[in-house]
Amino acid sequence: MSYVTGFVSARNVLMRPWALSHLRRTYFGLILLLLVVAPGLQAASSLDTIIIDRGVDEPIRISIVPFAMPEPLSDEANLSSIVAFDLARSGQFDPLASENMLSYPSTREAVFFRDWRILKSAYLVIGRTQLLPEDGKVLVEFELYDVAGERSLESGSFTIERSQWRDVGHKIADLVYAKITGVQGAFATKILYVLAKDAGSTSARYQLELADADGARARTLYSSAEPILSASWSPDGRQVAYVSFETGRPSIILQDIDGPYRERLTNFKGINSSPVFSPDGKSLAMVLSRGGDPEIFVMDIASRKLRRITRHHGIDTEPAWSPDGKSIVFTSDRGGRPQIYQVELATNFLERLTFIGDYNARARLLPDGKHLVFVHRRNGVFHIAWQDLEKDSVLVLTATDLDESPSLAPNGAMLMYATQDQGRGILAVVSIDGRVKYRLPSSVGDVREPAWSPFLPDILSAN
Amino acid sequence: MPTQSRLSSAALSILAALFIAGCSSTATGPVNQQEPVEQNPEVVAPVEVVEEVISDFAEDNNTPVDGSGQPISRTFYFEYDKAILNPSDLAVLEVHAQILRRNSDRSVVVQGHCDERGTREYNLALGERRAAAISSFLRSAGVGSRQIEVVSYGEERPQNPAHNSAAWAQNRRAVVEYR
Repeated sequence: MSYVTGFVSARNVLMRPWALSHLRRTYFGLILLLLVVAPGLQAASSLDTIIIDRGVDEPIRISIVPFAMPEPLSDEANLSSIVAFDLARSGQFDPLASENMLSYPSTREAVFFRDWRILKSAYLVIGRTQLLPEDGKVLVEFELYDVAGERSLESGSFTIERSQWRDVGHKIADLVYAKITGVQGAFATKILYVLAKDAGSTSARYQLELADADGARARTLYSSAEPILSASWSPDGRQVAYVSFETGRPSIILQDIDGPYRERLTNFKGINSSPVFSPDGKSLAMVLSRGGDPEIFVMDIASRKLRRITRHHGIDTEPAWSPDGKSIVFTSDRGGRPQIYQVELATNFLERLTFIGDYNARARLLPDGKHLVFVHRRNGVFHIAWQDLEKDSVLVLTATDLDESPSLAPNGAMLMYATQDQGRGILAVVSIDGRVKYRLPSSVGDVREPAWSPFLPDILSAN
Repeated sequence: MPTQSRLSSAALSILAALFIAGCSSTATGPVNQQEPVEQNPEVVAPVEVVEEVISDFAEDNNTPVDGSGQPISRTFYFEYDKAILNPSDLAVLEVHAQILRRNSDRSVVVQGHCDERGTREYNLALGERRAAAISSFLRSAGVGSRQIEVVSYGEERPQNPAHNSAAWAQNRRAVVEYR
């Protein structure tokens, strides 16, 4: 797996021009295909089509043949384009444009591996769909082949509702990605983010949005004239905690993703913010300043009991849990400048984690608990950085300014963050080694505060 | 419309001292600190204390005004990453304190704001520090704690949405809202 071997230096990440001509040519057709074939699939407020800025040097060549989609399914986006675009934006794959294919098999019998060897494709995906007349559902089948070995590596069969079209596309992409790279795919995940229109003005509108991880199919979970921030997923993917100013001061809200439940958990005087679910889903770490200055607390959700974690007159904020739930990392200016600290919950043992730079904040721990991503100021510019806690080395992952709110994909391979693009707030994604980058532009307003979902329960029934 | 008697000579001297200490010609416009002057010819000069019935608020009953009826500044600006009051703002803040002392039934929300640089949650804390600096001044000038609430908006409600240093300077502020 070439994509995880060896980190390139920060300088290389920032300076090296990425020769994307080949990738761009390949993806351009896909982007057009998505735009032309599936305009009705994206709600009016969804994010725009992803722009891939950088991939790995030698992406894996794969051919994803347009799936057989007889009438009336031919109105839908071809599943191959959803799968190909997912794999392409991982930066690790270079899907062949369909117009360059020599044949369009949809069954094993029609596959001639020689065709795909000539095209230097290492892998081949074929598939087909069929409308089931009895209940209007759709049967979707796919197969993944190793071209050199002429053997099947993976196959799947799903019976889906028409509304699950993109879900099954992302699911197939996840299965292909996992089989080839050995890492669980995160394409069938969701994101939460805040969409702000005319922030600060009297006509300001703030919306908490839920969308596919690629920005498609956005819908609004909560809309307010007052600011919204710091959305956090429950580990089961069913609830979101966030901060809303609807009462005239910040309060912490707990809300179902699907369903009517919505409750204000805290509304103390002062700051009520930064809610983050513990890995077991039973507690929320949060920041309250009811005692005069912001401190980290942990709330037991069932009993609503609060336990105070930090005690310092400085700023303590932006808690995040270690993956084992035994400690919390947070931002504090107790040393004079914002730096990241870790406190062990059982012993209150406190340790400072960051020493390079005079502004390190809003940290998140990787699933291995040994690496940190955070906002790092260098030469007055705010970047997303990565740190190996055992070696204390800092790698700057992003080259833009005002980068903030890093949120890790559940497989830990990539992170989404907020940045500015031509004066507008947008979301962007960078791989954890800095080698792969893409943006999710928005034409509907300022987009910020991304929260990448955990792996979600499988909603598709495999046959 | 609430009406109150004029300030005592003690308060007046504090005000004068603060005004001199914070003497500044920054463009705060309508902040026109004037000694109370006899404006009503029918009022005969009293022996010791000037007793004059005058309003602390404009006709909307919400805009604080100075002795000459001019609205006083409610917005106070801060340096980058700092929560220290500008000395030139102290005189105006003292007028706010006087108004709140005289109108103990009135209260204020002090909103703290930041520019967009730095993380949103850290800025929420920084905005609270800025608002707390105002609150602390008002309380030490005799305003009751129950008359003041501090709310930080961090960087979420910019006064100027642009992304440049001029906009950032306008956004690093605390605002005193009467209610």
